[in-house]
Amino acid sequence: MILGLARRWSVASYTLALLIVMPLIALILQSLMPDEAVFGHLIDTVLPTYISNSLLLMFWVVIGALLLAIPAAWLVAKCRFPGRNIFQWALLLPLAMPAYVVAYVYTDLLDYAGPVQRSLRGLLGWQTPHDYYFPEVRSLGGAAIMLALVLFPYIYLLARTAFLEQSASLGHAARVMGCSPWKSFWRLSLPMARPALAVGATLVAMETAADFATVSYFAVPTLTTAVYDTWFEYGSLTAAAKLSTIMLFVIFAMIGFERFARRKQQLFQKQSSPGELDSYSLSGVKAFAATGYCFGLLTLAFLLPFAILLQYAWGYFAESWNAKFFEYSFNSLWISLLVSVICVCIGIVLMFVRRVSPRRADMLPSRLASTGYALPGTVLAIGILVPFTQLDFAINDVAEYFGFEGPGLVLTGSAFILVCAFCIRFAAIAIGSIENSYKRISPSLDMASVTLGLTPKALLARVHIPLLRKGIFAGLLLVFIECMKELPAALLLRPIGFENLATYVFQFVSDEQLEHGALAAIVIVLVGLVPLIYLNRSLEQEK
Amino acid sequence: MATLQVSNVHSQYQKQVVLKGLDLTVEKGEIIALLGPSGCGKTTLLRAIAGLQHITEGEIAINGNTVVSDKEFVASEKRGIGMIFQDYALFPHLTVAENILFGVKIANKAQRVTRLDKMLSLVKLDGLGERYPHELSGGQQQRVSIARALAYEPEVLLLDEPFSNIDAKVRREMMLEIRHILKRHNISAVFVTHSKDEAFVFADKLALFNHGKIVQCGDAEKLYLCPQDKYVADFLGASNYLPAKVIADKTVSTLIGDIESDRPLTMALNDEAELLLRPQHLVISKNDKGLGEVIERRFLGHVCQYLVQIDDITLDVHSECLDINIGEKVAITVTRHHLILL
Repeated sequence: MILGLARRWSVASYTLALLIVMPLIALILQSLMPDEAVFGHLIDTVLPTYISNSLLLMFWVVIGALLLAIPAAWLVAKCRFPGRNIFQWALLLPLAMPAYVVAYVYTDLLDYAGPVQRSLRGLLGWQTPHDYYFPEVRSLGGAAIMLALVLFPYIYLLARTAFLEQSASLGHAARVMGCSPWKSFWRLSLPMARPALAVGATLVAMETAADFATVSYFAVPTLTTAVYDTWFEYGSLTAAAKLSTIMLFVIFAMIGFERFARRKQQLFQKQSSPGELDSYSLSGVKAFAATGYCFGLLTLAFLLPFAILLQYAWGYFAESWNAKFFEYSFNSLWISLLVSVICVCIGIVLMFVRRVSPRRADMLPSRLASTGYALPGTVLAIGILVPFTQLDFAINDVAEYFGFEGPGLVLTGSAFILVCAFCIRFAAIAIGSIENSYKRISPSLDMASVTLGLTPKALLARVHIPLLRKGIFAGLLLVFIECMKELPAALLLRPIGFENLATYVFQFVSDEQLEHGALAAIVIVLVGLVPLIYLNRSLEQEK
Repeated sequence: MATLQVSNVHSQYQKQVVLKGLDLTVEKGEIIALLGPSGCGKTTLLRAIAGLQHITEGEIAINGNTVVSDKEFVASEKRGIGMIFQDYALFPHLTVAENILFGVKIANKAQRVTRLDKMLSLVKLDGLGERYPHELSGGQQQRVSIARALAYEPEVLLLDEPFSNIDAKVRREMMLEIRHILKRHNISAVFVTHSKDEAFVFADKLALFNHGKIVQCGDAEKLYLCPQDKYVADFLGASNYLPAKVIADKTVSTLIGDIESDRPLTMALNDEAELLLRPQHLVISKNDKGLGEVIERRFLGHVCQYLVQIDDITLDVHSECLDINIGEKVAITVTRHHLILL
C-alpha cells in the first residue's frame, strides 16, 4: 500500500473500467426503449422456442459433458493404465477445436450422403431413407453432442484437479474400512469433487449459451442466433438489445451459481491437504477398457475431426493457399496482437492501482473490467453497437454543422470497433493473469521499495513489471489466442469486406465447403493448442 | 535532538483502534525493541514510522523534522527510513549487488562500486555480489537486506521481526553480529519482536506493548527487576506472587516468613500487596518441618524446576540442587534482593 498514491492513478483506473462496462450499460438502457413492433412480434411467434431451445441445449450439453468428463478424470487421476500420462494432457486438446468445425465434419460423415450411411446402405441393401432409421445430425440433440465433445475438457480439468487434491489419507481410510475402488468413487471422490464439478458445469453452460456458430450451422434457433437475426434481418437494435438482456439474465444467474459453488469448493479443499497419491493399478480387461475409453473419447473429440481437416486441407491445398488466406491471416494476426497488448496494459494499470492504492474504492475497477468476458460475443457486439452508432451519428452531425462533408461511419464501419469489442471482451483474461502473478509478489517488496525511495511509477517499472513478466506473457498469449478464435462478435461487427480467419472459416462452413477453408481452420486449431501446452506445463510445475 | 520522536500516536486499522496514544523517543545510536504479544500494535507503529500506515492523531518526527501530523504527511520514499522485513523482501529479479545499490542515489560508477564493496564486506558477503537471492542461505539473505538498508544511509533503521525466520542455532550469533554493525556505525534502530530473549540480546531499551499502548519503557534490567505491573513482570519471565504486608521500612511479612529487602520498599507501612519473586530468587532446601511440599519436579538441564505447594499457593522454584523428590517436605527462603510489591 502506498499511502500517498496520487489521485490520477485512481482516475485512470476508473476511466478504463467505465469504458469497459460501457456496452453493458448501453445495452440495458437500449433494451428499456419501447419497440413493440419487432419484439412484440418475436414474443408472439418464436421467442418461446428460442428460450426453450437455449435452455434445453444447455441442459443436454452439461449432462453430456459430465458423462464424458467424469470417468476420464477419475481414471486419469486415480488409476494407472497404459497411456495414462499421455491422456492426462491429450484430453484437453478438444478445447482447441472450434465446435462448428467438429459439427461440420460429423455432418459430412453422418448425413445421408456421408460415408457412414453409404456403407451401411451398401452392406445392408437399403435403398432409400424410408428403409431405415438414422438419427438426424443437424438437430438440437446433434448440436448438444458436438458441443459436449469440445467442451467436456473444462469439467475434465477441474474434476481431475479436484480428484488429485483429495488427500490420500482419506482414500486409505476408506480402503481400510473395506471400500472397493468403485464404492470409494461414489461415496468419497465424487461427493468431494462436487463443487469443482459445479464450477465446470457452469463454465460449459456459459460457453453453450454463447455458442453461435454450431447452432446456426445446425439451424437450431436459440437466443444467440435470434440476437444475430434480429439485428441483421430486422435491423432493430432495440429488439436485439432486449433479447441480449434476456441472455444476460441467464448468464448472470449462472455466474451467481458459479460463485456459490466456488465458495464451497474452497471449503472442501482446505480441509484436505494434497498427499502423495497412491493410485489403483489396472490390468487386463480393466486396463484395456480404461485405455479404450480415453482413446475413444480423444478420437471422437479431436483426432478424427483433425485428421479429416488435414485430409481436406491436403486435397484442396492449391485452392486454399492463396492471397485471401494470407490477407485474412494477417488481419487476424494484427488485430490479435494489438488487442493483446492493449489488454495487458489495461490489466497492469488496473491491478497496480488495486494493489497499491490505500483507497478501498480502488478495488472496484478491476472487478468491473472483468465483466466483459461474461458477455457472449453476440451480446457484447450489440452492446457496443449502441453507443458507437450514436457516436458515429454525432460525429457526422458535428461535421455537417461546420459545413464539412460527413466522414461516414468512422467507428462502426472500420476495424476499430472490432478492436474495441475484443479488448472489452478479453481484458478480463489479462487482468486475471496479472492478478495471479501479483499474488506471488510479497507485499513487503513494495514496502521495501517505497522506503528505499521509489516513487509509485518507479515501483511499477523497476519492481513489479520485471516480476510480473510471466503473468504478462501468459496474458498476452491467452488474449491473442482468444482473439484468433472469437467468431460471433467478429461476424456482427466486421466492416463490409473485412474478414479474419474465424469469419473466413465460418463462411465456408455455412456454404457447405469447409474443404476450401480447412487450411485456415487448421491454423486456428494449432494456435489454440498453444495455451493448452502452456496450461499443462504450469500444472506440471505446480506439482 | 532525538533521532525519532513519537508523540501521542493513535491509529486505526480496518476500523479497529490499534494504537492508543503512544509516546516513544529514540536517541542517536540507540536500539529500541518494541516487545509484545502478536496483535498488540507494535508492527503498526513501525509501519506508521515508515509511512506505510496512517495515523489518526499525534505526531512523528525524524531528526526534528515532522514526517506526519494532523497537517503534514511526508511520503515513505522521502522519509529516509531503512526497513528490514521478516521475509527480507529481497528483489528476486535482481542480483545481490543490484539489490544493495537499489536505493543508492549517487550516479558516479566508481563511487557506487566503492559503496557496494564496503557494504559487502561489512556484512561479510565479499564476492557474492553477482549471486541471486535464491542462491543464498537464509542468514545470507538477511545480511543482504541489512546491507541494502544501510547502503541507503537511513536516518533510522526499522526491523520487523527480522530474526524469526533464522535457524535457532545461528540466530543469537546473527543478532550479536548485526547489533555490532549498528553500534559501530552509531545507527538508531527500532526493532519489533515478540520474543523477550531476542529483545534482551539485541536492544538497549525495551518498550513493552499491551493492547495498543506502551506499558513500560526503559532498560531491560530495570523492566525485569522493577516491573510496574504483573503484565510486565509475567511477560519478561516466570514469576511467583505471594500476598505480603509491609511491617517495616524494608521488611514484609508473608506466609513463608518475614522477608527483608536490600533497598527501601515502594509502599507505606501496613500496606498489603503481592510480592513478586522470580524463580531464581527462591532457595529450596529439604526440611521435614518445612511448610512446602514438592508436587512436581522437572529437570531443565542447567537447573531443576520444582513446583512447591504451600497452603493454596504454588511456587515455581529453580535450583541447582537435584536431590529432592516429589512428595518431600521443603523449606523456602528468599535471597536478599530489591523486593518489588505490585
